[in-house]
Amino acid sequence: MDKKLQVLSALLLLICLTGATESIFERPLPPPAANEIDRLVFAKLSELDITPALCSDAVFVRRVYLDVTGKIPTAAEARSFIDSTYSKNKRSELIDELLERPEFADYWSMKWGDALRIKAEFPVNLWPNAAQIYHHWVRTAIAQNKPYDQFVREMLTASGSNFRVGPVNFYRALQNKTSKGIAAGVALTFMGVRSESWTKEQLDNLAVFFSQVGYKPTNEWKEEHVFWDPLGSTKAAGNSAPGSAIVTTAMIEKNTNPPPENIGGPLNTIFPDGTPVQISPDRDPRVVFADWLITPENPWFTRCAINRIWAWLLGRGIIEEPDNIRDDNPPSNPELLTWLEKEFIRSGYDMNHLIRLILNSKTYQMSSVSNTGNPEAAAQFAAYPLRRLEAEVLIDAINDITGSSDLYTSAIPEPFTYIPKDQSAVSIADGSISSSFLTLFGRSARATGMSDERINRTSPSQQLHMLNSGHIQRKIEQSAKLRKLTVSRGRPEQAVDNLYLTILSRHPTFEEIDIMLAYKGAASQEIVQLKPATAKAKKRTSSKKKKFANKKQPQDWTDMAWALMNSPEFLYRH
Amino acid sequence: MSINLTRRSALRQGLCGAGGLLLANKLQAALPAAALPVKAKSVIQIFLWGGMSHNDTWDPKPDAGRDYMGEFPDVLPTNVDGIQIGQLFPKLAQQADKYTLIRSMTHGINSHETAAYYMQTGHTRGERLAYPSVGAVFSHFKGLSYKGLIPPYVVLTKAQGRFSEEGFMGPKYKPFATGGDPNAPRFNVEGVVAEGITDERQIARRELLSKADALGKALTSPILNNMQITRDAAYELILGSGKDVFDLSKEDDKLRERYGRNMFGQECLAARRLVESGVPYVVINYPGGWDTHKGHAARMRQQCPSLDQGLAALLEDLSQRGLLDSTLVWCCGEFGRGPKIDWQPPWNGGRNHYGAVFSALVAGGGFRGGTIVGSSTSKGEEVNERPVYPVDLLGSIYQLAGIDTSANLPHPMGLEAPVLPKPSDTVLSGGLLTEIM
Repeated sequence: MDKKLQVLSALLLLICLTGATESIFERPLPPPAANEIDRLVFAKLSELDITPALCSDAVFVRRVYLDVTGKIPTAAEARSFIDSTYSKNKRSELIDELLERPEFADYWSMKWGDALRIKAEFPVNLWPNAAQIYHHWVRTAIAQNKPYDQFVREMLTASGSNFRVGPVNFYRALQNKTSKGIAAGVALTFMGVRSESWTKEQLDNLAVFFSQVGYKPTNEWKEEHVFWDPLGSTKAAGNSAPGSAIVTTAMIEKNTNPPPENIGGPLNTIFPDGTPVQISPDRDPRVVFADWLITPENPWFTRCAINRIWAWLLGRGIIEEPDNIRDDNPPSNPELLTWLEKEFIRSGYDMNHLIRLILNSKTYQMSSVSNTGNPEAAAQFAAYPLRRLEAEVLIDAINDITGSSDLYTSAIPEPFTYIPKDQSAVSIADGSISSSFLTLFGRSARATGMSDERINRTSPSQQLHMLNSGHIQRKIEQSAKLRKLTVSRGRPEQAVDNLYLTILSRHPTFEEIDIMLAYKGAASQEIVQLKPATAKAKKRTSSKKKKFANKKQPQDWTDMAWALMNSPEFLYRH
Repeated sequence: MSINLTRRSALRQGLCGAGGLLLANKLQAALPAAALPVKAKSVIQIFLWGGMSHNDTWDPKPDAGRDYMGEFPDVLPTNVDGIQIGQLFPKLAQQADKYTLIRSMTHGINSHETAAYYMQTGHTRGERLAYPSVGAVFSHFKGLSYKGLIPPYVVLTKAQGRFSEEGFMGPKYKPFATGGDPNAPRFNVEGVVAEGITDERQIARRELLSKADALGKALTSPILNNMQITRDAAYELILGSGKDVFDLSKEDDKLRERYGRNMFGQECLAARRLVESGVPYVVINYPGGWDTHKGHAARMRQQCPSLDQGLAALLEDLSQRGLLDSTLVWCCGEFGRGPKIDWQPPWNGGRNHYGAVFSALVAGGGFRGGTIVGSSTSKGEEVNERPVYPVDLLGSIYQLAGIDTSANLPHPMGLEAPVLPKPSDTVLSGGLLTEIM
């Protein structure tokens, strides 16, 4: 087996040597359409005269691990996928395998956690144990692939204690718990609509469905019941714990709606699509709303979900931004959106089916180095767009590579905010449990649930941290794992190969091996300056690599790992 | 040793110039009209997070009895006739001509995060988006004229973490938190001053980075170009002399002693060096904080002397260097602490959160010193006269800095988002601090 692999990697190195640089990143031939997604996307691309280009296996393995599990593949996982030629369907086999992993549920819970605002402290103030149970409920739904319609219905119609019934926390994860505030949150989360783009009447009408949501504190510290309160018994939204009366009187969000005019009578309002409705007094208006929203005919419900999931995988929505669905913001490919909606409904709102369908498309597997730059092409998904790794994913990758861990704490320590030392950042339930790294790299504040709340743009302060902080430098320098890969027996080319597979999930080219082995940090430079290089020495070819390698200092290996971890190829999904 | 970054270096020089490390996206930042005269060129905000007791410090009530004054019932005269402060502040007592104590700060909020947000943004919570802190607003309005390499909004040494300081304006307005310990032999500013990496090795590493950038070679992309701009800006600081501002060993030892050889004292000294080099907004988050529910008296005995020494030395030093007129210093917590001591277990003499009335210290940058604004009632329980709300204090600071508080901040959805809300029925205000401006 080992021998076979060695032969294979030698073969691969040879291929890399003969090909141009692009062969690291893409396949030479345009791909055939794999499914209906591709047929609809390729049709648009041909209108733009764009020939699709497929990413290489090395790019694919890294991309799909990141997008499904939020982790980079280990060196062994990357090597076995890249070097394997046994299966023609290895990409879709890998997709199936990854969707079964617990890390898939962790990572997608993090995504949903942003949208559903799972955070203990300011400004939504779920409180620590409520944030945990809310997250646990979301994660379980993802791990069990709960149908999306059921997932949403359970949240919209939930009643009970915030400590015991996970989904009631949807109604608590809002800065503004008036009926209008709830309506705005529901519109954003489940309809992909920013209520700012609506008329006042539209929002007022939607708010009627949430005018009977009650919040009631209990005698347990920070516990609160969310329930259907048709008699308006708890008109003040008590987001404060019993015992902190001054806080409550000073900062309570008074329900600004007038008290219900006809308590015990029917409610009249209008659905967002313009249909009037009378809600009889024996029905929870939230259920009436859920019955209207969760139907195949509803123009927002399925569309919002499709667009959100598509944007998570492909970097932008078919309607962009994904949570800004308006009449004057049309989809870039309406046929594609419609087809996906039908398919999602047909599958019984099966989220994993949808994800699998997208991942298996050639559209998802497009190269990120061809067909870039043209905004029109980007809107038609001509290339997989570069995106910086999210804060949590980035620090987890660094920790996985170096075998280290970070400390995550809450500004307000309480039980449930202490987590095990080696827990991954992606799997942290509560947005209030954080580190300065996560904050610096734009982790979502989970204040609004809007899609642009997570910020993956890069800033000079982030660069300072990656390039030059003790935090990152120590991880690399003190990494026993990296030392074992590099300062071991065996040829130095093998060490460079290990380093590339571990950090970039691919084999290096010969040129890259040369660059790495020629590297000398400051210490050896002085020697070079004493003995100026002759023309002859400069002509040394890669056959002399071994001599370079003998001079390698441990810090040179540190610097090589550092350089790869600072390369855009590491920092960006591609 | 040449670095093969020609295309990108050219880009950088065209776009970025020497300044604006943080504001790499300068092209996008709109220049707001600010025609107000500028008295405060820089601001040092000393945030006593957790909330410092007012009775025990800057608003003593010597006649209120033991339940209100506990172990610190005595007052000290100051160098200004008629002004007295608590017994734990002998050094500040000698600088009273330079600062004004506001003894009628109020907002009525007793929870840390909400009060910390209100005190540092001027906005109450409950609006859909979180507003940016004063420092982030300064970054927005001052960042363009500021040419230094150090980011315009610096936090010594750790961000406070109770809310996102950049608010809805996005990550380029995040404060730069130095990390490290300015009282250590070497102030290792995270990312700027690295331990044990020589400049030669930095240069070699940078060259390796550029040579090994396969994706950058395969692809021309605005995203990567932007990344390179931010990276080059970072290297200007890593390899340039701009970082010397953090080298406190350049200061006279006697002066370092005067500030106090402890973390807070040396943070004050670092803050002075930063404003001296033109940084518009510096925050010192008091190390350890003031949330003294338990062990109150011991914490006060331990922390007040360093606060006293560091702050007094800072005001004196700024004044001696002629910087106090152009440097505004404000110092307070998100609230005060309960005037009545809680002797019951488990508090055993602790003080709890208290937002009904508390004290703040302001100095320089156009604020007159040697006086008192407002007062609290005889036991420090309520505002007696001249309430000062967060919008009044922050509004005054903005005005002295030449920032128009009705100007709009860049709102992601293009909605109206003024620097401060206008006083109204729901926005409580006692008026700007015109009596000391």
